[in-house]
Amino acid sequence: MSSDHDISSIQDHIRVYLMVFGALAVLTIVTVLASYLEISTSEGIFLALIIASIKASLVAGYFMHLISERNTIIWILLLTVMFFFVMLFLPLISYTDQVHI
Amino acid sequence: MEVPYIVKEREDTGLINSKLGIWVFLASEIMLFGGLFSAYIFLRLAAAPGDFAHWSAELSVPLATVNTLVLISSSVSMVMAWASLKLNAFPKYRMYMGITLLCALIFLVIKYFEYTGKFHHDIYPSSSTFMAIYFTLTGLHGIHIIGGMIVMLYFWLPVGSKMWDSQPEHFANRVEVLGLYWHFVDLVWIFLFPVLYLL
Repeated sequence: MSSDHDISSIQDHIRVYLMVFGALAVLTIVTVLASYLEISTSEGIFLALIIASIKASLVAGYFMHLISERNTIIWILLLTVMFFFVMLFLPLISYTDQVHI
Repeated sequence: MEVPYIVKEREDTGLINSKLGIWVFLASEIMLFGGLFSAYIFLRLAAAPGDFAHWSAELSVPLATVNTLVLISSSVSMVMAWASLKLNAFPKYRMYMGITLLCALIFLVIKYFEYTGKFHHDIYPSSSTFMAIYFTLTGLHGIHIIGGMIVMLYFWLPVGSKMWDSQPEHFANRVEVLGLYWHFVDLVWIFLFPVLYLL
């Protein structure tokens, strides 16, 4: 099914997958350790979400191959992210309006 | 009638139809979980100060950490299963897909112990706003795990994997599409873990 070139490229990919696996495991431990830091709630939320975003980028970029994926998929995802933020911020505007922030 | 462009890419999209299909489905999944994450934020904003932190302390961080590591391991074994097919190593594919299934099962067993532990202490979705959103988010995620396991089992057993003998590229594409779904399920947990257990 695969040519020699494909096989060598897949073997390179496997090395990357294992490195990403190591990075994800380390970042999981870092997330737990960071939750014990004596910082404010908002700083804690910011730190936890930053680490989670790095982990999510690694999974999406390497395991889901987004790093080398076609533009069609990238555009679908950018559109989705835009709608996600619209969905998130519309109620937020309503909430801040209610509490007169 | 055969579904077109499932092995060869379409000229206009540059993709096989099944891959485009799963990405559109995952986009809808982002909106589904995104809506619930949005609900979490607003429930937390409206809750009494310290209420979410108080109820969150009822959850077991060590169990959730182990579950995170289990799910990450399942993601890497899933991608290794697909890579094994690309390397024409079918026995290795079966081994890695078996490991992925096992990890999914371990995740569910740990979740079962977490849930029953809560019920044992009379903690239910109706106990608090935090518990309501916790059971909703983790329950929906758990249903996704079960869905993934059913498809994995089908591709692992001879009934589904016999396609490898007649149409190897088509079968590898099926496994890739399943992998994309599974990595998404992992990705959702990556956010659920700190949001529910650590903050």
